[in-house]
Amino acid sequence: MNINIPTPLRAYTGGQQTVSIPGATVGEALEALTGAYPELRQHLYSGEGKLRSFVNLYLNDDDIRYLPQKEATPVEESDELSIIPSIAGGCCRRLQILLGMPNL
Amino acid sequence: MATTTLPGIELPKLSNDEISRYSRHLILPEVGMEGQQKLKAAKVLCVGTGGLGAPLALYLAAAGVGTIGLVDFDTVDASNLQRQIIHSTATVGKLKVDSAEIMLKALNPYLNVVKHNTMLTSANALEIFRDYDIIADGTDNFQTRYLVNDACVLTGKPNVYGSIFRFEGQASVFATKDAPCYRCLYPEPPPPGLVPSCAEGGVLGILPGLVGIIQATEVIKLILGIGESLAGRLLLVDALTMKFRTLKLHKNPDCPVCGTHPTVTALIDYDQFCGIQKPTSVGPLEVAQNKAVADVPVVDGIPQITVQELKRRFDAHEDVFVLDVREPHEVQIVNIGAPLIPLGQLANRIDELAPQKDREIVVHCKSGARSQKAAQLLKSAGFANVENLAGGILAWADKIDPTLPKY
Repeated sequence: MNINIPTPLRAYTGGQQTVSIPGATVGEALEALTGAYPELRQHLYSGEGKLRSFVNLYLNDDDIRYLPQKEATPVEESDELSIIPSIAGGCCRRLQILLGMPNL
Repeated sequence: MATTTLPGIELPKLSNDEISRYSRHLILPEVGMEGQQKLKAAKVLCVGTGGLGAPLALYLAAAGVGTIGLVDFDTVDASNLQRQIIHSTATVGKLKVDSAEIMLKALNPYLNVVKHNTMLTSANALEIFRDYDIIADGTDNFQTRYLVNDACVLTGKPNVYGSIFRFEGQASVFATKDAPCYRCLYPEPPPPGLVPSCAEGGVLGILPGLVGIIQATEVIKLILGIGESLAGRLLLVDALTMKFRTLKLHKNPDCPVCGTHPTVTALIDYDQFCGIQKPTSVGPLEVAQNKAVADVPVVDGIPQITVQELKRRFDAHEDVFVLDVREPHEVQIVNIGAPLIPLGQLANRIDELAPQKDREIVVHCKSGARSQKAAQLLKSAGFANVENLAGGILAWADKIDPTLPKY
């Protein structure tokens, strides 16, 4: 299936917008994705292995948190999985402030 | 002069001049006389007059929204003008609320502009929101987004949301009755460490225009009560592929603010919630933070050197190796001739620096944040004499070589 990678995370997929990943369920596809791109893992999962609360995963148009089988939902080759991160919008100066670093 | 009175609500009259001005609305049955009067009666608060707030406020003003509140504490900078079209070359240096008022009143003198020259905080948000019907969120940081959301839920006002990152935008309408709020979608902000760095933080200037106008459209639809709002949906815009998608949003029954058993019933400390240091004072944050640099000689074990000190070492022909850790496209804008290894590649390319291991290394970037990270990385890899150039190449351009451009 195809997984759509949002701009902020493309740095970890070699700039690719869409990654083609095999898997029979949402969870398997995600496992294969983070296996292929290990740096993505910390952005998608917390230390305890739970999906981070500021990342939303959509199977086609549906939030997987609200699908009855959640990550165990079976997927077809034609399905699309999208990672929807929270973005705050804006530009460099404010992002530096966001980082909370004294030395800017 | 025409008059319309809805049951229980007296809508303001339109003057003959206003009727001429809004004629293209008046002949549109979905707006008409009554709709235009609703617009005139409406009070909309624009939080931020930046990239999103600029087109948003301009179109609301043009459309005849009677009262527009503006919240901003910043001043206009030349680098804003690539996208913040509510400001102009002539107003660089002015307060953004004053600059925006000039443009809005020039476009529509019938408009009532209310200026809030302040940072939106937990202490003032409810008070400011009280006087408005709709809140449009055009801010640029997570703290204010959660603050705006919570204040909208607590005051029962719709939150017309837009945000952008590089070539991507999101828009929705949160916190209307029965619709999800921002926290239903994103219960928590990303930790600051996972927020993209400034190297990745540019923005295509027209993208906030596109998203801000989508917000303006949603505001107008809410006022007029027409169409299908984005409440319960998240619009995703990709400017590069020009693809628009909408995703279904769900109201989270366990949402801490708008759920069935809310635990957040008053505004909280959003800096703390987002894991961010408090700004040292209200006002232009850069000033407060840049001032702090000079006071701190060592940050997390990395000595901070000034551009004057680096210049002195150059002039004295002291042995110093300067490393630039910005991105190649930034080097094209301006450089001081230092070899380049972008921060993101440093860990993998650290061997290239082996010959410099015993030398004094000064790391620089644009303004000192990325180079601090790079310096820490080098230090932990065993480089003994690593310093960070405080203020980066911007400080060099300011204090040493004013012929250099700043970006």
